[in-house]
Amino acid sequence: MKTCLVVDDSSVIRKIARRILEEMDFQIIEAEDGEQALEACKRAMPTAVLLDWNMPVMDGYEFMCHLRRLPGGDVPKVVFCTTENGMDHISRALHGGANEYIMKPFDRDIVTAKFQEVGLIEFTEQSPV
Amino acid sequence: MTPPDYEYLRKLLKDHSGLDLSADKQYLIESRLLPLSRKCGVSGIADLVQKMKGGSSTIIAQVVEAMTTNETFFFRDKVPFEHFRDTIMPEMLKARANRKSIRIWCAAGSTGQEPYSLAMSLKEMGAVLAGWRVEIIATDLSTEVLEKSKSGVYSQFEVQRGLPIQLLVKYFKQNGEFWQISPELRAMVQHRQLNLLHDFSQLGVFDVIFCRNVLIYFDQDTKINIFGRLARGMEGDGFLVLGAAETVVGLTDVFKPFPDKRGLYRPSGARAASPQAGGLTPRIAAMAGR
Repeated sequence: MKTCLVVDDSSVIRKIARRILEEMDFQIIEAEDGEQALEACKRAMPTAVLLDWNMPVMDGYEFMCHLRRLPGGDVPKVVFCTTENGMDHISRALHGGANEYIMKPFDRDIVTAKFQEVGLIEFTEQSPV
Repeated sequence: MTPPDYEYLRKLLKDHSGLDLSADKQYLIESRLLPLSRKCGVSGIADLVQKMKGGSSTIIAQVVEAMTTNETFFFRDKVPFEHFRDTIMPEMLKARANRKSIRIWCAAGSTGQEPYSLAMSLKEMGAVLAGWRVEIIATDLSTEVLEKSKSGVYSQFEVQRGLPIQLLVKYFKQNGEFWQISPELRAMVQHRQLNLLHDFSQLGVFDVIFCRNVLIYFDQDTKINIFGRLARGMEGDGFLVLGAAETVVGLTDVFKPFPDKRGLYRPSGARAASPQAGGLTPRIAAMAGR
């Protein structure tokens, strides 16, 4: 089963993301900060990580750098999902090993498009009208 | 919406744009025209229809525009752009090796996502196109969407639909909440206002035509007529790309499907029976105003 680790310090965002991703047949694991997320990855590598940037204890960027150095840590697709919408942050995330980047606010269409982009879910054609 | 209002709008849209709505598209009219009626300061579609019947040509133009503008996004449906990169361009690079020029037409260019997706695809091909001249002509019925296409400015929402983040970083500049495609890419696309119902031979002859998700709106005779004229506006070894829900099969033999590539067609060499723009009915010929 595909698993997605949802990392965000907002329980509301985690809940919205869970609802969207469960419909895409992901099993969801939640983490409130980077440290919890890292522990979860050490237990079992997820298929995907939906990752906030600014969080207490350990932020998303630092988590990703740790993750990418773990054995098998290069495998999960990391999709940032953050209000840090500046080009500087996006570039930094991509250089640090992120696969995609969602600028908040987001919706189901954006999550779907981005997960398709990195091959996490299959691509479907939209009806024209 | 009352049935007479629906019928009125259906007929008007057919006459003005060729848009051929089936009997069950009330939701589409409501979703497009309710925002417009608010913009026009009337309370709903009934009032909007009243104004149109009163002869307000600006309102009629806005209604036609609202109804014929497609939702679109970057690399929409993906597959056509894979065909472009993996099939069309390699063939064209061989076939045009002497001429070193390729002409591409986006026949329903809308707000620019399609022509700019093609422009990005070309840039991503890199050095193989050095010394080549590649023209992209984007046309649309609506001047409003063409203006947006020219500006190359997109909202944060729009750049997150279909556009890989790497391409956003590479080809766009951020301006507050908006993103503008680079001047270099904007310069690759020329814009023209065009109604496909009218003669388009003045655009010249193309190697590649993207004509996606626009013919679905036309009735069968109009489709056949447009296919005939597209074939005449295309090199014998060119490529036609249609939308996912569109085909030439059963309509015309001027194009034939390209084997194993859905949505991709090539001229068959057959001559169209009725190649004249506006040759179908006097009604179409009378639409030259737009």
